[in-house]
Amino acid sequence: MRIALFVTCLNDTFAPSAGRATVEVLERLGHEVVFPEEQTCCGQMHANTGYADLAAPLARRFARVFGGFDAVVSPSASCVAMVRGQYPGLVGETVPNVYELSELLVDVLGVEDVGATFAHRVTYHPTCHGLRGLGLGDAPLRLLRNVREIELVELPEAETCCGFGGTFAVKNADTSAAMLTDKLRCVLDTGADVCTAGDSSCLLHIGGGLRRQRAGVRTLHLAEILASTG
Amino acid sequence: MSFPDAARVELDKAQQRRNLRKATTTIRAKRAAVVAEVPDWEPLRDEGARVKDEALHDLATHLERLEVAVTAAGGTVHWARDAAEANALVARLTRAAGSDEIIKVKSMATDEIGLNAALAAEGITAHETDLAELIVALAGDRPSHILVPAIHRNRAEIRDLFEAELGETGLSTDPAALTAAARRHLRERFLRVKVGVSGANFAVAETGTVCVVESEGNGRMCTTLPDTLITVMGIEKVIPRHADLATMLTLLPRSSTGERMNPYTSLWTGVTPGDGPRDFHLILLDNGRTATLADPVGRDALRCIRCSACLNSCPVYERAGGHAYGNTYPGPIGAILAPQLAELRDHTALPWASSLCGACYEVCPVKIDIPTILVHLRSRVVREQGAPPSERLAMEAMARVFASRRRYEAAQRGARLAGLAAHLPGPLRTWSGVREPPQAPRRTFRDWWRSR
Repeated sequence: MRIALFVTCLNDTFAPSAGRATVEVLERLGHEVVFPEEQTCCGQMHANTGYADLAAPLARRFARVFGGFDAVVSPSASCVAMVRGQYPGLVGETVPNVYELSELLVDVLGVEDVGATFAHRVTYHPTCHGLRGLGLGDAPLRLLRNVREIELVELPEAETCCGFGGTFAVKNADTSAAMLTDKLRCVLDTGADVCTAGDSSCLLHIGGGLRRQRAGVRTLHLAEILASTG
Repeated sequence: MSFPDAARVELDKAQQRRNLRKATTTIRAKRAAVVAEVPDWEPLRDEGARVKDEALHDLATHLERLEVAVTAAGGTVHWARDAAEANALVARLTRAAGSDEIIKVKSMATDEIGLNAALAAEGITAHETDLAELIVALAGDRPSHILVPAIHRNRAEIRDLFEAELGETGLSTDPAALTAAARRHLRERFLRVKVGVSGANFAVAETGTVCVVESEGNGRMCTTLPDTLITVMGIEKVIPRHADLATMLTLLPRSSTGERMNPYTSLWTGVTPGDGPRDFHLILLDNGRTATLADPVGRDALRCIRCSACLNSCPVYERAGGHAYGNTYPGPIGAILAPQLAELRDHTALPWASSLCGACYEVCPVKIDIPTILVHLRSRVVREQGAPPSERLAMEAMARVFASRRRYEAAQRGARLAGLAAHLPGPLRTWSGVREPPQAPRRTFRDWWRSR
């Protein structure tokens, strides 16, 4: 299958390893990945901060760049939810067929074992836009359970928001910090040395909190664990 | 005080944080358990939304049918454009009944219009009879939850309050003992006061039947003992048919208290000679509802049946508490109702009082897509009230960057340089208060892609 990668502006700039890992997993499974270099941002930040007028041209641009592909994959549930949920209202034209990585693997390609090995104690945080926005269900966990040598530990209160919420983290910094503190407590309670999720935005927030506390717990994008071969 | 400032104050209240966490965690689990028992819960939610939409999309017709039915059953219907008109009506009707006090069923609509304060200014005393509303009133406090107004208080605090305000001594913190103390205080009023005031959970256009749902029975005392009953009802509470109550009364208690059925459901249709009040007045309150109905996205908020499942599920509400919203309706529903029922300019921060996590939408029994309405209201605030100039400039600058691959790639190189700085500039500084700032790696993804 020929799959276009929408890496997202955030991964491209701040978490390129999530994009690299997405390419590696799909190529290992025998798929051709293309990267349309004209891509920039889906406009989520603008739309969710109240600037629908500025988001609309970005949405139209996105539709032009990705319109010609049968399938687009993205290692970001949040940006996929933006395209699927908000584009119909913003652009009113054919919305590109975009899948979140675990959704593409499990629901479209029917793969649960991607042949990964990762010998660490890992806890998984289901991000809000993946869990409730896209209804990913247990697709990410099914992929993780098939990783060799992984020790997967359940995150308490997993379905509670980590407090990132885009510009929420800036506009309501104190409430965001309170939510982050509770999330970090849950992560640390698991005794995991890696916290993973399907959104780099939430991971920058959680990981930034863990590093500030010098907690010695890493954050890794789900794709990076799936790409790992030991 | 705007939400972020108020939340900063509330977040530091350790006892309140603990009380809220305990209460919302308990009620979430109860709700989840009783909802899981209903095999057709999702179709039931669809039906709940459909019933409310049917009434809202032809509201005038349904309200006029309600008026005809109530009048035919011996009641009197009044129409109030706003809080002032509704409050004046209640005062006039109370005086006409020869009383200078009222007993009240717990009601959000009368909180919304500030009825108690308005009556006090007219020399009329309002007695709250709901246990939690009584606690809030005795403490000179404000409700912080739609269903559990004193959710921010724990039993020890309530015991202390009753000992100080009700002349009780040696009370335990046992709920039964606290309730008995409140009962001693309330019973005399139930028997003495001649005018009762209630809100309404539902009113049936077809039959003129008004419905109040409660847990304590104090509400039923107020709707049956007095000679005169005055109901203040938001116009969005009307539903088309009596049979629709079956849907709504299945959805409401499971969503709100996590019970299969609430202990007291009172239904009355006009007046019945020799049984209950001799006079029944129904005040139909607009107070911003017609204006809300004019917004094709925002109007879905009027489906709300005040169950408060969205509050109990909201991670922002659980931490910041109800008072931070500065409004009768707190939590996610308050963040979309307050800016619409009142003036948008008075509540410009509320649409941002959410991380858009979607937990509220998932539990809403009438499927109000709260995150979508929040985003819609954010756009309205930016468009109609204007954003801070620095924010608008930053957003426009970023939109220009994202509109061009060349500018985007140049900005990535800039981010890499800025990433070397220890702290973020400007408003982004709040990020680095509790988190290390993100570092832009040496190579972007596209650098790697090109180098393969």
